[in-house]
Amino acid sequence: MTGEEFNTLLGLCQFLPGPNVINLAVVVGKRYQGVAGAVVAPFGLLAGPFVIVLLLALLYDRYGNLPIAQAMLRGIAAAGCGLLFAMAWRMEMAIRDKPFFLPFTVLTVATIAWLRWPLPAVMIAGLALSGGVAWWRLGRK
Amino acid sequence: MIVGELFLEFTLLAFVAFGGATALLPEMHRVVVENHHWLDDTTFTHLYAIAQAAPGPNVLVVTLIGWEIAGLAGALAATLAMCLPMSVLIYLLIDRWQGFSGKRWQQAVSLGVAPLAVGLVFSGAMLIATSAGLSPAGWILVGAVVLANLRFRELHPLWLIAAGAILGIGGFA
Repeated sequence: MTGEEFNTLLGLCQFLPGPNVINLAVVVGKRYQGVAGAVVAPFGLLAGPFVIVLLLALLYDRYGNLPIAQAMLRGIAAAGCGLLFAMAWRMEMAIRDKPFFLPFTVLTVATIAWLRWPLPAVMIAGLALSGGVAWWRLGRK
Repeated sequence: MIVGELFLEFTLLAFVAFGGATALLPEMHRVVVENHHWLDDTTFTHLYAIAQAAPGPNVLVVTLIGWEIAGLAGALAATLAMCLPMSVLIYLLIDRWQGFSGKRWQQAVSLGVAPLAVGLVFSGAMLIATSAGLSPAGWILVGAVVLANLRFRELHPLWLIAAGAILGIGGFA
């Protein structure tokens, strides 16, 4: 597989729903080994981390109540939030035509974070509106 | 049965997981904490933190959520529910989908979904920050990580997570 092919597949998987890496593993697995590859690739990707994360969960169940563990997890959560905010920033910067699309980001935050509407409804309505605007903008070029 | 319910809820979520598991954080919180009261706010935040620190794809936060709700069966159910539906769909549709590549409607979907995904990731970050009950020092830490991550792209995020853990133990979160 060439780098370019890989990037195209990655691009497809990134905007389809579902965990991106798993989707990508299915697609790449299928390319090389058909059904067997599509089953084995995501499984191989997940098996190790799955076990590790469960071991951590056991530790958490046993020691999670200790003040030091709680303090550490709060610190990690804070750093994790920072990474998420940074990720959101980079994703926003990558969007062209910001005056047309930034309002949809604002609407998503308002309905999800503030009004706590269900995600499926927000995504369907949002995709119809935002995709509609994208359709119109594409037509003008 | 709680495992079955968990499986159904997460299967539904998988179909709207535009932007990956990270973008699903607000919705998982709504379902797991607010609707079903399976977990409390603090535990949810802790599980997110553990998934951040652990190696592997960030979808594994659902494994942890499943584990805390219903043990090993819950962990397997949540993980499968999140990964399986789209995997099957993508397996069946990928060839056709690639044939559409470059078509105007496909470009429109791809462009249209991006601003929504940004909003979801931002909402997830807000949710974790507020649920974690961060001190003012904790918010400064959040800001410092944002700047460090944007400014020094070659710095691996795990270092920032490790710094967060140490500062957290030191009481700076």
